[in-house]
Amino acid sequence: MSNATTSKKKNGFLAGTATYVDDRLGVGGVLKEFGRKIFPDHWSFMLGEVALYSFLVLLLSGTFLTFFFQPSMTQVVYDGVYAPLKGAHMSIAYASSLDITFEVRGGLLMRQVHHWSALLFVAAAGLHMLRVFFTGAFRKPRELNWVVGFVLFVLGMAAGFTGYSLPDDLLSGNGLRIIDGMIKGIPWIGTWVSTLLFGGEFPGHAIVGRLYSLHIMLVPALILVFLAIHLVMLVVHKHTHYSGPGRKDTNVVGYPLMPVYVAKAGGFFFIVFGVIMLISSFFTINPIWNYGGYDPSPVSAGTQPDWYIGWLDGALRLAPTGIEFMIGDNTVSMNILLPLVVSLVFLALVALYPFFENWVTGDKREHHVLDRPRNAPVRTAIGAAGVTFYAVLWAGASTDLIATSFKMSLNQVLLAMQISLIILPFVAFIVTKRICLSLQRKDREIALHGRESGRIVRLPHGEYIEVHEPLESHDLYKLVAYKEYEPTLPRPNAKGKITLSARLRSRISRFYFQDRISPATQTEIDENAHHAHELEEQVQKAIESSK
Amino acid sequence: MAKLKKKLNGLRRSPKSLIAVLFAGLLVVGSGYTAVNAAVSPDRQTVRSESQIQYGKKLFLANCASCHGRNAEGRELIAPSLIGVGEAAVDFQVSTGRMPGAASGPQLQVKPVQFTEEQISAMAAYVGSLADGPAIPDQAYLQANGDPTKGGELFRINCAMCHNAAGKGGALTEGKYAPGLMGSSAKTIYEAMITGPQNMPVFNDANITPEEKNDIITYLTYLQENSSVGGDDLGGLGPVTEGLLAWFGMLGLIIAITVWLGAKSN
Repeated sequence: MSNATTSKKKNGFLAGTATYVDDRLGVGGVLKEFGRKIFPDHWSFMLGEVALYSFLVLLLSGTFLTFFFQPSMTQVVYDGVYAPLKGAHMSIAYASSLDITFEVRGGLLMRQVHHWSALLFVAAAGLHMLRVFFTGAFRKPRELNWVVGFVLFVLGMAAGFTGYSLPDDLLSGNGLRIIDGMIKGIPWIGTWVSTLLFGGEFPGHAIVGRLYSLHIMLVPALILVFLAIHLVMLVVHKHTHYSGPGRKDTNVVGYPLMPVYVAKAGGFFFIVFGVIMLISSFFTINPIWNYGGYDPSPVSAGTQPDWYIGWLDGALRLAPTGIEFMIGDNTVSMNILLPLVVSLVFLALVALYPFFENWVTGDKREHHVLDRPRNAPVRTAIGAAGVTFYAVLWAGASTDLIATSFKMSLNQVLLAMQISLIILPFVAFIVTKRICLSLQRKDREIALHGRESGRIVRLPHGEYIEVHEPLESHDLYKLVAYKEYEPTLPRPNAKGKITLSARLRSRISRFYFQDRISPATQTEIDENAHHAHELEEQVQKAIESSK
Repeated sequence: MAKLKKKLNGLRRSPKSLIAVLFAGLLVVGSGYTAVNAAVSPDRQTVRSESQIQYGKKLFLANCASCHGRNAEGRELIAPSLIGVGEAAVDFQVSTGRMPGAASGPQLQVKPVQFTEEQISAMAAYVGSLADGPAIPDQAYLQANGDPTKGGELFRINCAMCHNAAGKGGALTEGKYAPGLMGSSAKTIYEAMITGPQNMPVFNDANITPEEKNDIITYLTYLQENSSVGGDDLGGLGPVTEGLLAWFGMLGLIIAITVWLGAKSN
């Protein structure tokens, strides 16, 4: 600050600081660029921020926990304060987690902060991804950043899972055993991979230490690297904005990072931190003392993973049984492989969607104005189908709790979910597409004929009409400013041949854009405005003559 | 010496001695049996007076016989025979309100208790008088003064796969379920273990000794009496309710704040 004031730069604090750093490091341009990054105001642009801030809270609380946690599976006799475990044999990892909970000052709160913010981190990242998907923010030039974001989401799940197993309690041990079973279910290599991972037969004496290395070093380091790439790309690409007057693909309307958004974002960080602290203070999460130390023999009823692994657990539960077969001496456990393959294919589809849509539309333009979800009906419908598919798998992880809570038969709940997993995504697709088209039709109607005013007028010849009021141009903009895609025809390549891929592309293009509502054009609006004007004159005349 | 031996031999062979030996033998066995029997269940004789059994039979005929049969012999596909189920089974089923059952279904539901304690013990005495079975547990094992650590370990190994590690209950097949144990009394828990109601297996005294049963009761009583140290336990259902709160509580609250922040600038 003093530098800026003493040097009396006309450009103020930001330029002053940039000059100071630039003189010494030669990176002032970067700083200036970053400081002048423009953020538009909209609540949905803050979801990624929520994920970022919960990650910061994770780093802070996680560091605290490393001061006291000991990742060793050596057996000890517990001699702490928790009565129902006093004298029990357990691993040092579990004993030190109990000590953090009951004896380290603030330890339980920190454990709960760490766990709650982990749940929030993945949830906010997931919701951020949905926002990006449904507004088409992944389109050129942001396809690669979508992939980086996707990698961050998967890394978030990995960080969560490696951390979940560290306390070496019964619940997480049961979860680890499921992972072990899945690994062993991979034909030929499974047993070897499991032996290498666990350092022998499950559970062995190595896994907690190994997961700890991954959890506090490798995974967070990767998250930081990808986070940095994500944020640099964010600055390079500039921010997207929703359509509105003056908002174009060539500009960004909002406030600069310095100083407005630094203050806003700083404040928002503390709000997110505050919410996490509030929840952590009042709600228990992962009461490891209830579960006891891990021992491979007991399994608890109602064992579920944290929510972000839930869809994978659900996939396992919903897989049909009795579909395994033998190849030579090897059993191919399809009840494990099928959910594994389905999950991986689902993830691959999510990661590659931007490239797919780009191939279909063949659109090479840059897009900085976001789509309203209704204006891309098929994309929105595909998203809704994907969300439904994920949601059914997710709910599948709690079949037992659904059965007991609502007094239903577990078997029937399972069957209903299996059917829903196949049927509901199609239902969601059709319903969403129809809703989008209807909303577009309504938009077009309002753009052409104006808003219903509720004013009923009787004309001299007895006809009743409702007067529609024309829209302000400000409101009209949002309804008509979107690009309309049309299905493409298969075009011959340089050799004059129509390739199979060109035909396929044309077919998919028709699937995407066959049903569409064109935005109202200026000519149509003018024409209707003329009609409306004539009608208004008629109404005025009628009113005057009645006086 | 040889003379004495000869005299004894003579006594042993006389028919009078046979009677004496028989009498002595019967005396030892009879009094021994009575003594041992009294030691095993000191209150059984006192509980089961004839008038109580008659009262119990009357109640049984009025309330239970329509399904279990007039002689408690049971009716196929409707209700099991109660001969040999013991007093503990009657006490468990009736004092938790499961019996008399309101409707057939996958499992009997816990309902408001229909009988007074006196009536329940009369019915238990009647059923107990039909044939021997598990008796009402001794108060000594219901004091919850055992070793909670050992009880917790036994609970996780023997009970947690159905009742959940924290005793919150869990689902079984076809609409059946293992109930949560956070509202169960020490006596009910003990009786359930020795009688194996509905889908539950029997844990007899050779399997889990009475002292060990007391340990399990001690552990569960600790869980019942001590609420979660970390704040509200969200029903103790684990990651599912935690995930729901994370999405709809935390993220929901934060989104409400972002909408508010976004709206401010307009």
